[in-house]
Amino acid sequence: MGPLASALTRLYGPQGWAAIAACAAVLFVVFPILALAVPASSPFHVSAYWVTLIGKIMCYAIVALAMDLIWGYAGILSLGHGLFFALGGYAFGMYLMRQIGADGQYRVNMPDFMVFLDWKEFPWHWALSDSFVAQALLVVLVPGLLAFVFGYFAFRSRVKGVYFSIITQALTYAAMLLFFRNNTGFGGNNGFTDFKRILGIPITTDEMRIALFCVTGAVLIGTLLCLRWVVTSKFGRVLAAIRDAEQRVMFCGYNTAHYKLAVWTLSAVLCGIAGALYVPQVGIINPSEMSPANSIEIAIWVAVGGRGTLTGAILGAGLVNGAKSVFTQAFPEYWLYVLGLLFVLVTLFLPQGVMGLLARRREART
Amino acid sequence: MKRRTFVRGTVALAMAAGLAGLSLEAAAQAKTVKVGVLHSLSGTMAISETVLKDTALMAFEEINAKGGVMGYKIEPVVVDPASNWPLFAEKARQLITQDKVAAVFGCWTSVSRKSVLPVFEELNGLLFYPVQYEGEELSKNVFYTGAAPNQQAIPAVEYLMSKEGGGAKRWVLLGTDYVYPRTTNKILRAFLKSKGVADKDIDEKYTPFGHSDYQTIVADIKKFSAGGKTAVVSTINGDSNVPFYKELGNQGLKATDVPVVAFSVGEEELRGVDTKPLVGHLAAWNYFMSIKDPVNDEFKKKWATYAKAKKLPGADKPLTNDPMEATYIGIYMWKQAVEKAKSFDTDKVIAAMAGQTFKAPSGIVSKMDEKNHHLHKAVFIGEVKADGQFNVVWKTKGPIKAQPWSPFIVGNEKKKDEPEKIAAKQ
Amino acid sequence: MRTLLIVILAAAALLARPAEALDAALVEKLGLGDSDEKVEAINALAATGDPKAAALLAALAEGEVETAGKRVLVVKGDKATDAATGEAVVPPPADREDVIVNNRLRGAIASALAALKLIAPDRDVRLAAVKELAGGADPSMLPLVKKALEQESDPVIKPMLEMVAATLELSGGDRNARIAAIRTLGLSGNPNTKTLLLPLVEKRPDGTFAEADEDVRIEAQKSLRAVEDRLEWGERAGLLFAGVSLGSILLLAALGLAITYGLMGVINMAHGELIMIGAYTTYVVQNLFRAHAPGAFDAYLVCAVPAAFAVSAAVGMALERTVLRFLYGRPLETLLATWGISLVLIQAVRTIFGAQNVQVENPAWMSGGIQVLSNVVLPWSRIVIIAFAAAVLAGIWLLLTRTRLGLFVRGVTQNRAMASCVGVPTARVDTWAFGVGSGLAGLAGCALSQIGNVGPDLGQAYIVDSFLVVVLGGVGQLAGTVYAALGLGFANKLLESWSGAVLAKIVVLVFIIVFIQKRPQGLFAMKGRAVEA
Repeated sequence: MGPLASALTRLYGPQGWAAIAACAAVLFVVFPILALAVPASSPFHVSAYWVTLIGKIMCYAIVALAMDLIWGYAGILSLGHGLFFALGGYAFGMYLMRQIGADGQYRVNMPDFMVFLDWKEFPWHWALSDSFVAQALLVVLVPGLLAFVFGYFAFRSRVKGVYFSIITQALTYAAMLLFFRNNTGFGGNNGFTDFKRILGIPITTDEMRIALFCVTGAVLIGTLLCLRWVVTSKFGRVLAAIRDAEQRVMFCGYNTAHYKLAVWTLSAVLCGIAGALYVPQVGIINPSEMSPANSIEIAIWVAVGGRGTLTGAILGAGLVNGAKSVFTQAFPEYWLYVLGLLFVLVTLFLPQGVMGLLARRREART
Repeated sequence: MKRRTFVRGTVALAMAAGLAGLSLEAAAQAKTVKVGVLHSLSGTMAISETVLKDTALMAFEEINAKGGVMGYKIEPVVVDPASNWPLFAEKARQLITQDKVAAVFGCWTSVSRKSVLPVFEELNGLLFYPVQYEGEELSKNVFYTGAAPNQQAIPAVEYLMSKEGGGAKRWVLLGTDYVYPRTTNKILRAFLKSKGVADKDIDEKYTPFGHSDYQTIVADIKKFSAGGKTAVVSTINGDSNVPFYKELGNQGLKATDVPVVAFSVGEEELRGVDTKPLVGHLAAWNYFMSIKDPVNDEFKKKWATYAKAKKLPGADKPLTNDPMEATYIGIYMWKQAVEKAKSFDTDKVIAAMAGQTFKAPSGIVSKMDEKNHHLHKAVFIGEVKADGQFNVVWKTKGPIKAQPWSPFIVGNEKKKDEPEKIAAKQ
Repeated sequence: MRTLLIVILAAAALLARPAEALDAALVEKLGLGDSDEKVEAINALAATGDPKAAALLAALAEGEVETAGKRVLVVKGDKATDAATGEAVVPPPADREDVIVNNRLRGAIASALAALKLIAPDRDVRLAAVKELAGGADPSMLPLVKKALEQESDPVIKPMLEMVAATLELSGGDRNARIAAIRTLGLSGNPNTKTLLLPLVEKRPDGTFAEADEDVRIEAQKSLRAVEDRLEWGERAGLLFAGVSLGSILLLAALGLAITYGLMGVINMAHGELIMIGAYTTYVVQNLFRAHAPGAFDAYLVCAVPAAFAVSAAVGMALERTVLRFLYGRPLETLLATWGISLVLIQAVRTIFGAQNVQVENPAWMSGGIQVLSNVVLPWSRIVIIAFAAAVLAGIWLLLTRTRLGLFVRGVTQNRAMASCVGVPTARVDTWAFGVGSGLAGLAGCALSQIGNVGPDLGQAYIVDSFLVVVLGGVGQLAGTVYAALGLGFANKLLESWSGAVLAKIVVLVFIIVFIQKRPQGLFAMKGRAVEA
């Protein structure tokens, strides 16, 4: 067995790999064919609605994975992950805004809101916004850097537990208020919308949609494997130890702050990437993504799916958001009851989430 | 064990509910047309938008009772975008592509409209937007049945400047920090300047969303008003109005000293307020519930009956307001346009919309402009009465044409007064 | 209102020569003229001092004057009388039109009526009248004011009246009288005097002064500075009060959380909704009073306070019994469950009461304010809330330190296992403590209903702030909560006057984040030897 094979078997067993391969096949082969090659009249055709909806949920799933990494594996509950997600979205959104070119309402080669503010040239933070590569880097750098700085101080002063949760909440709340301001230069409450192109290719074509969809799917699977690799490594075991008894780990000579800082930053970067993929698919990014409620919801996806299992995080994001999409249509007046009760019941009866339920099933069967 | 049966029970229940829905659908008449209603029923905007959903449903019911649109019964598809802007876009796409609705009535906030706009343009849908807004936009696929700034803000300020309105010399432009207040205030600032008001006599202030502590703001207004006859132009959004007005009343700032004119405060917003200390403060709208007109009386009666019949919350004190009227006009104009075009096809309906007229509850014959997708509207200025209604103290001679591109914003003079086809799409 | 009217009429009767009917031409102008004519008519009618004129003006202000053709009528209920002659018109004509009273007319009527009230025998009426006139009077009132000034002997009212006379004389011709008037105005602390003085020192765009007389100008400058200094103090006092007021509201919102979260470790995201339930309870109590005891309406709040406490406490205890009980020791999971509960509660309220805000009226004794300085009005509602917050704080302190339940709560907080060993029924204590915390939220809701709106989203606005207060203060510490709430209130208000509301909030949030880095356990950390709580 070569080192690669042993690494692969460490991540998942044969069944797991088969499942992943199947998912990949569906995402990269079946979906594109159904969306592009099958005519719209056919019942098997996948419409743009489904492509964007599933694309959006996959973005959420990446966020859920990132959340699960720090909460499920390192025991840090962040109530501010929406901020990193939004920052990634904004970074990429800036590029998309520039790609609109002169097709905005004012027909000037500048985003509408800047024309409106009477800005004659781009402010400093928009200096690189014309370059795809630069903004793509910023998608990673901005959330990563913010998380690093914030985490550095917070973990150094050993802010933990609920205190940490609350100050992350304060952070995202402050950022939301900041981004709401028109003069901050991010379009205020309206944020960015009405995107036209990526790399010069119109965004509304089916091909572009499927391309984004496939990229999102690839990132999702990549994230899953990467995180699986992290949590099954020695590093991952130290993380779990920190989660379960941080004092002891410290007394064993580990600098827990470094470990926490590393996963925290990684988690923020993943959120940023998810945000960047999310924006072109849903077509809008605005400060409400940073509202504390959105960040709490991220934690709920993970809890519903099952903390400490990566598959659970994906499942949770899919279930909750799927339910939301269905219920807001099927019972517009009552869906909040359903969603609210779902959260209560899950925490009460399924402390390990849906994955816990499945595991119990499996145990019962054997 | 118990738990499992419970889970099964719920699943069965949900499936049963789904089946019931399906069979209902099948039982419905074959000749129906689906129409979307896209208003938040939960989240922060539910407070304002829920009633528009009910108004739309009332209008549909009324049309169906009279034989429908071209003989087609309207089948409303109500969705809840939950005050979540990306969800607005998703739901809009769903309504157009999955439900294949002929038209959508919805949105309140500017950001929700901005969010769905690309979807409607891409899929060539049809949106009727019933709320006053900041202008600076014109889309082929949207009909704006609310007021543009020149149909609300500018007449109100002109009135306050007049001797009748108190001859205000200094101005506090107070708003919630988002695009509608910012744009409106920008237009007003330019307008005031054109009338010779100096910059030092204009104080622009913004508060965050959901701001509830107006002590400092009111104290500042007081201080500012010591410098000369002052009027406040308020574009405070939704919920924040109540604490603002309560503070105003309690700090003893009376309308005779410093009148406040608001663009987002109507009958429905005052429902939650004790209006006695607010008598005399103003609002500018294109419709007031207190307008004396037979069409309005009928509209009010219909709404009261509908609210009672459906046991809507607040049916004990049924109120009508401007966005409700705008929704109602929009629905009827759509019906007329469909009947004129003899088709539900978006492009044909858009063409037929031009020049449609409707006898509006506000007592005028409202006309859809031939070109710019906005209604011609009369402007009314009302003073708050002790019972929460408005006393109309001024109105325009007749309907005013909307200027979505305000001449008070630099660069707009070049804009065409009709939607442009976006060239870059292809 | 009615008695006041009688007083006015009596006062006016003293002043006036008996008259059979009001000047028909004036009355017609009042009813049918344009606004200028109407204002003219109002002032002319007031200057007659005729009690009938006062009655007519009062009716006009109440919106009871209508016109039918050329005839001006006063319509009360279904009875109409002719405004000029006072004879009854039976039956009332059908095609009547309201005489619309706008702000301008309302202002004119108010000062005209006030001028008439200046000679009322009742001191309070006179005081109110002179205060009204200080806000701005029409020069045509000058004779009335002077007449009143001759008769006035009250040491409080007389100087105020002089001030009014001064303002009226300011625009008059005589140079010496004007300078004297300006000097008198300099003694005032009323912001309106600033409005009067400013034009005297203003420079026109072409560089000349609006006021030609230099002496007048210099005097005006002096007086203006004196007035501004005085106003400055008022502003500072106002700021201080605003800070305390915001602090007291934050404190009320956070106190319940300090118990449920600080003492019990439950992250209750539904705390905001318990506040909302308290507010809605107040609304329901108010409606019950309005329906069944309209006479005692002003007392509804007294009943609403215990009701709000009880309802919120009951809901809280029910939640504790059915949901939270199973989640102790898993604090972060209580967050998720209570978040779900909050969604359900919000939607439930929306279903029951509707998505719109409901109206909670201030009782009469809570509306308006007390004027401490001429430019500082402290609203009663805020004063009452500050006092209420202090009372609630004292109550909860007594509860925790002086009662058996408080002892148990503290015991369970410090060491659950040990408390249980010595026979404390920990489960029951949890329920009660949660009930108390929830009840406090209800009280906060009751208070908030008096200054803000009552709607399904009410609680959402306070939840983040409440958590910040508790965390900043230090979990498990009532004193910390108090300091944190007041500190945040002050900081917010100070910054707001300096940088605007939006930036102030951002700065405060960033400050909290930085502060927690410095003191990870909040202002007052739990004392103890454990490395970890």
